[in-house]
Amino acid sequence: MSELANRLISFNYTARLRLLVIFFVAIFVALSTGCTDSSISGTAPAGVIYCSESNPSYFNPQLDTSSTTADVSAHQIYSRLLEFDPSTGRIKPGLASSWLVSDDGLTYTFQLRRNVKFHQTDYFTPSRNFNADDVIFSFQRWLNDDHPYHDVNDATYPYFSSLNLAHTIASIDRINGYRIEIKLFQRDSSFLANLATDFAVILSQQYGEYLMLTKQPERIDFYPIGTGPFRFDEYQKNQFIRLLPHLQYWKSVPLTEQLIYDITPSSSIRFAKLRTGECDSIAYPSQAEITIMQADPNIVVQEAPGLNVGFWAFNTAKPPFDQADVRRGLALAIDKNSILDAVYFNSASRARSLIPPSSWAYNNDIKEINYNPMRARELLDKAGIAKGFRMTIWAMPVVRAYNPDALRMAQLIKSYLAAVDIDATIVTYDWNTFRDKLNQGEHDSVLIGWSADNGDPDNFYRPLLSCDAIPSGTNRAMWCNPEFDALVNSAIKISNEDKRAILYAKANNMIAKEIPLLPIAHANRYQVKNAALQGFSINPYGSIRFEGVTKTVPLPTPSMTSSTVVVNDEVRP
Amino acid sequence: MITTLIRYFNLTFLTLLILVMLSFGLAYFFPGDPIINLMGTNKLDSQPFLMLSSQQTNIFMQFWYYVQALLAGEWGVSFATGKPLYQDIMRLLPATLELSIYAVTIALILGIPLGFLAGMNYHKKIDNIFMSSSMIMYSFPVFWLALLLILLISLQAQWLPMSGRLSLLFNVPHYSGFILVDILVSDIENKRFAFNNAVQHLILPTLSVSFIAFAVFLRATRRSVADVLETQYIKSAQTRGLPGKTIFFRHVLRNALLPVLPILAVQISTLVTNVMIVETIFSWPGIGDWLIQAIYERDYPAIRTGMLLVSVVVVIITMSLECISQLIDPTRDRFAYARR
Repeated sequence: MSELANRLISFNYTARLRLLVIFFVAIFVALSTGCTDSSISGTAPAGVIYCSESNPSYFNPQLDTSSTTADVSAHQIYSRLLEFDPSTGRIKPGLASSWLVSDDGLTYTFQLRRNVKFHQTDYFTPSRNFNADDVIFSFQRWLNDDHPYHDVNDATYPYFSSLNLAHTIASIDRINGYRIEIKLFQRDSSFLANLATDFAVILSQQYGEYLMLTKQPERIDFYPIGTGPFRFDEYQKNQFIRLLPHLQYWKSVPLTEQLIYDITPSSSIRFAKLRTGECDSIAYPSQAEITIMQADPNIVVQEAPGLNVGFWAFNTAKPPFDQADVRRGLALAIDKNSILDAVYFNSASRARSLIPPSSWAYNNDIKEINYNPMRARELLDKAGIAKGFRMTIWAMPVVRAYNPDALRMAQLIKSYLAAVDIDATIVTYDWNTFRDKLNQGEHDSVLIGWSADNGDPDNFYRPLLSCDAIPSGTNRAMWCNPEFDALVNSAIKISNEDKRAILYAKANNMIAKEIPLLPIAHANRYQVKNAALQGFSINPYGSIRFEGVTKTVPLPTPSMTSSTVVVNDEVRP
Repeated sequence: MITTLIRYFNLTFLTLLILVMLSFGLAYFFPGDPIINLMGTNKLDSQPFLMLSSQQTNIFMQFWYYVQALLAGEWGVSFATGKPLYQDIMRLLPATLELSIYAVTIALILGIPLGFLAGMNYHKKIDNIFMSSSMIMYSFPVFWLALLLILLISLQAQWLPMSGRLSLLFNVPHYSGFILVDILVSDIENKRFAFNNAVQHLILPTLSVSFIAFAVFLRATRRSVADVLETQYIKSAQTRGLPGKTIFFRHVLRNALLPVLPILAVQISTLVTNVMIVETIFSWPGIGDWLIQAIYERDYPAIRTGMLLVSVVVVIITMSLECISQLIDPTRDRFAYARR
């Protein structure tokens, strides 16, 4: 049959093959010249691509404490009255150029910066500069239940309500166009720090009025107008967010020509994109990947001590964990160092107290509990805990910086407890159920932790261990000690840091004595970036910042160009 | 010929009607209020929608207004974004079509000539090589191939990008939705560079999709060429002393290509499935990636509309290919014999 075929066709086999080969080679040459000739056609547009992990819920951090929302909006689109200095954690001027605290600590007067321009976009053109009305509008939105924007987008303002700020502030008054006065009901030394967090952003009052007039107020949280370094341009769900530089930004800093959030939910794909150069930086690099990234010459891994703590909390509302001796006995039975090695892989420092050593309230003289199983058994015997006592260890199901693998940690603790004849069971649920059940106090002990929103040490003590924090669901130890409460409440009424530090030292010692929870580690924060990215550093206080971040582009063209737009407006005090 | 056209038109119409009925019925099977499941909201103010949601209309009238709303482009809004689905789909569908068209074109351009080569050398070395390699290609799971390409070409060699349609740094205005066309008609700087970048993004997804289709076309063409060469009319043409070139172009080529067209029609649904998988792996912003996201988020209006649209596209393309193949090859019409 095939001989027949061969005879049929006049051109022979080799000639046919040659024709075909020529045909395909031609196609491939055409294709490959089409796609690899990058040298002839100039350069790619400049810009920075950040691979984020998820879609933001809003473009307004007032409405949401999730870091995804804050990463996009808090430091890119908006500014605050006050800022944290990233290196010292002290408060420095933002939109407020200066401020004054009255002697009784109840009245704060802010002098506002002049000539601050709001974003001009294709959906809104501001006709006036930033002034006191904008501050009052932004604060009243979450403060005042009757404010026209209070219920827009079913907002709940979780950060402000968790701190009960609406009941701390007595009034906000406009003194003149560039001066406002805030009165408090009682002294609160963490008040200024709260105004510098990601969530206390300043919106445009004029934009709010405009949206009310056009009857589309819900757009305020999705088509944002702020005074930050970048303005909103485009958002495609599950795909990307594009921000463009605000050319009249009030600070004189270099801004990249466009800032793009490439929404990439999978951690391994973010890592792959970082390696191929499709992302300049990625959100939440995993611990295992960091070691590989450190070996890659094109990737820079930045590391800084984090403002967080991972701990093992005992449910002090449940016998026998209401006895300090039992808690001490359990704490003595475990070896923190080996847990640090096995769970954190050298990415954390051993925790001696609730607050990390970088905080000014940290004291060195805390008596730390050291691994001693013999002494542990003695204490447990004394407290009447029989051999074979059964208890539960709840391990949180999600990865957090302060505890990258709670399940593994729980298994280690279980084996340590077995050595002192205690039979521990590990319990875990999905994250929302887990937190619900914790709030109901169903646990014996739990492995969880805390990340601070601002540099003030109060951010650790009151939310984690005060009596008020039991109903609001952050006091996992269910520990209510009036003496401790008095201590931390008096500490926030003092503004002198040295005097506050003495009170916090007392509080630390009280925790070390009573052990409602055993601090395990302060995890480091990591940020990874392409080596070409300049001016990008870890923001220890809150979410990511792209102000001043630029990218040098190594190109086939001989000169190394820096792709930046320098903002021409000068800073005016 | 007219009868064939009418028959296919009726068949397509009925199939589409059943699909629309199914999509309408789905809204009643999903938990929740059927009208909200159908349109994603109860706040639309178009004429058909108001009639649809009115309390007085019975289920048959509802269906009628639903069809009207579909035809008017009033496809409801997504649960997840609250945006009209029509806009979302019109933005995403061209991306999917673009990928599918390029993949089919490559599979045809490569598959058919190589199939001829194999068929002409039936049971010879070159045929055996083609057969065994196409068997391997045919049995490659598409998701694995896509991942393998990413691993080798994007991550190891770093030749080509691994996700998206175009570097996000390019801001190409939306015109037709076909990225290459959009770049060519746009007036952005570095147009040539953007075009190259888009082609680079296209290569891996297109290869992954066309891989299996290529193997199918190669095998089908080879089979039909071998069959044609066996027939009496080729033998008689040869005995009459016609030149080989004439026999090949006049008799072999045309007759061997006839059975390939219906195979293309059958391949369309497989192709669409593969495109969806590939879209998810390469984060290609098309309808497949979007639909899978909608399934995750229980976005019923989006699932309904996406499903309806994809099946409508598949039905229309399949039916028209079948119709065309029957028009050019009337022997395939089994009723024609019966009438004779």
